[in-house]
Amino acid sequence: MTPLMSLTAPAPDANAAPGPADAATVELRGLRRAFGTTTALDGLDLTVRPGELLALLGPSGCGKTTALRMLAGFEHPDSGEILVDGKDVTTVPAHRRDAGMVFQSYSLFPHLNALDNVAFGLRMRRVRTAERRARAAELLELVGLADKGDRFPHQLSGGQQQRIALARALALRPRVLLLDEPLSALDAKVRLTLREEIRRLQQELGITTLFVTHDQEEALSMADRVAVMRAGRLEQCAAPAELYARPATAFVAEFVGTMSRVPGRLLASGATVEVLGRRLPVDGTPPSTGDGADVDVLVRPESLGVTVDRAGEGRVLGTSFLGATVRVSVALADGTLVKADVPAHDAGRPAVGEPVRLTLPDRPVLVAPRAT
Amino acid sequence: MARLTARPTPATAPWRALVLAAAALYFLVPLAASVVFTVDVPGRGVDLGAYTRILDTEGFLPSLLLSLELAAATIAVVLLLLVPAAVALRLTAPKLRPVVEVVCAAPLVVPPIAFVAGIGTVLKWGPEHLSRTPLFQTFVAVQNPDFPVVLVLAYAVMALPFAYRALDAGLRAIDVRTLVEAARSCGASLPQALLRAVLPNLRGALLSASFLTLALVLGEFTTAQLLGFRPFAVWIVNISGSQAQMSVAVSVMSLLVTWLLLLVLAGFGSRRTPSSTSDRK
Ligand SMILES: Nc1ncnc2c1ncn2[C@@H]1O[C@H](COP(=O)(O)OP(=O)(O)OP(=O)(O)O)[C@@H](O)[C@H]1O
Ligand SMILES: [Mg+2]
Repeated sequence: MTPLMSLTAPAPDANAAPGPADAATVELRGLRRAFGTTTALDGLDLTVRPGELLALLGPSGCGKTTALRMLAGFEHPDSGEILVDGKDVTTVPAHRRDAGMVFQSYSLFPHLNALDNVAFGLRMRRVRTAERRARAAELLELVGLADKGDRFPHQLSGGQQQRIALARALALRPRVLLLDEPLSALDAKVRLTLREEIRRLQQELGITTLFVTHDQEEALSMADRVAVMRAGRLEQCAAPAELYARPATAFVAEFVGTMSRVPGRLLASGATVEVLGRRLPVDGTPPSTGDGADVDVLVRPESLGVTVDRAGEGRVLGTSFLGATVRVSVALADGTLVKADVPAHDAGRPAVGEPVRLTLPDRPVLVAPRAT
Repeated sequence: MARLTARPTPATAPWRALVLAAAALYFLVPLAASVVFTVDVPGRGVDLGAYTRILDTEGFLPSLLLSLELAAATIAVVLLLLVPAAVALRLTAPKLRPVVEVVCAAPLVVPPIAFVAGIGTVLKWGPEHLSRTPLFQTFVAVQNPDFPVVLVLAYAVMALPFAYRALDAGLRAIDVRTLVEAARSCGASLPQALLRAVLPNLRGALLSASFLTLALVLGEFTTAQLLGFRPFAVWIVNISGSQAQMSVAVSVMSLLVTWLLLLVLAGFGSRRTPSSTSDRK
């Protein structure tokens, strides 16, 4: 692993934090950017810790790409600032930002072969030919394409092109690695392997990385922390497990993983909710809608139990086989659609049209104001 | 698509041959007739005299050279004008593209006669009103018969529609913005990014823009004739009045010269530039 070491070794700073291999801290403060009447970023605050992989997750058009491009220096904020290691880089031009970027679309230079693509940045920095070749070859090796150095982009598959683009982005040993949906143009299988490979590389190099995606599974499986954005703002930034188990807002709850809304009633103290015929404690602060208010209880499909029961108030609308589990769609008496996962080997798997009863475990539940 | 053209099904093959033959007839028969006319002297059999006489005729070489110089200058002007404009258009103001398209197509709509009449008027009017200013000298210099800059300017305008089309097609094939951004994130300044990442990928487009401009300048007659200059096309027409056989010989030769130049340009363009990191042995 000696070649790897040389890739991660910027001269150690005297007062550097003991973070992994002197990785950078990135802070976005109150970033705002409007394009005409659309507000792409509306006061985005975000801190990326040294050496972590932070996934930027959010629905289409919420400003993920804009945020990333600002960090890369391609876009300028109307207000707010960007700090790398505490230094304001907002006015630093893109080519001096020290940020490697992998784009969503294939962005290799069509006139250069793989090796020259990777060596492009080194050439811009006037690195000598011999050294350049050695470094580029080393990087190609790192992404597992050592034998494809003389291929041109059009002779490479999509996955291979993105790997080369990754090698190119890493060639200048950037402090920050920016990935804008690098896998979205690839087919599912390549996506999975490349996802793991990016993660492995990132961990080996210990480089601070921002990964934009709108695929929640990708975000949850790869990232150290996931930042969920909505309409140009940060909703929540937390580790994947926490994000899934304890979403801070109803938006996060429904965006990350599958969430069903079950109608319930908030009881007097506001600390208990009546749902599916039981009383359960409310997780976190309940919405301030007053006593006896109608609310929605947010439940994950895997925490709902389904039992066939003639007196049940739910009716099975459909089932879909997901491998280990079967997802059952149930319509409640008032028409609400609820999704529940039951183990696939379960003998008592409900059939379509059957009446069923839904049960919740004895745990605190998340509550959101009733959706209209 | 490529596979379709490479392996024609048996059913389509005869059609292709037929179309090819028809096209070949259409082009080759007049050409062959011209060649025969120039070499076949009644009663004396084949005689290449018409061709050898060309070289001795007064004005052949100067007019050909003038045309080539004009072509080179026009290509330079058109590319220097269009390439930065078209790239900037893609990078910063894509909404202005239709406007530029219309402006660049405008020379096609203006008849050459009207165009020349306009230029002629300006050239006459200018010296009269500006005789006591330094601009007067500019007007004289622009019309220097050894190298009429005014023709370069006129040709640049006339070549605009073709060159723009060619360039636009080239730009359409690449994602200029992403390429520039990728280069910039690799540490290239904006000029470097354009020079190293965008221009090399436009080689085909630059080449075809140059092709079209070259062909236009070599064949242009109206403007040069009416403004009183004597590039190759004007010279051909001038001598054709006196010597019918030789003028056809000249036409055949000018065709060959043009093809030769285009071939040279094409060879120049398709040669792989050795990329500095990998191909050095
Ligand atoms: N150059 C631009 N000009 C005008 N509007 C823009 C521009 N760039 C982005 N926008 C707008 O800003 C908003 C945020 O765009 P952005 O590309 O950051 O979204 P995103 O989160 O990356 O979405 P996606 O997941 O679809 O890529 C969108 O409404 C978009 O239309
Ligand atoms: Mg985007």
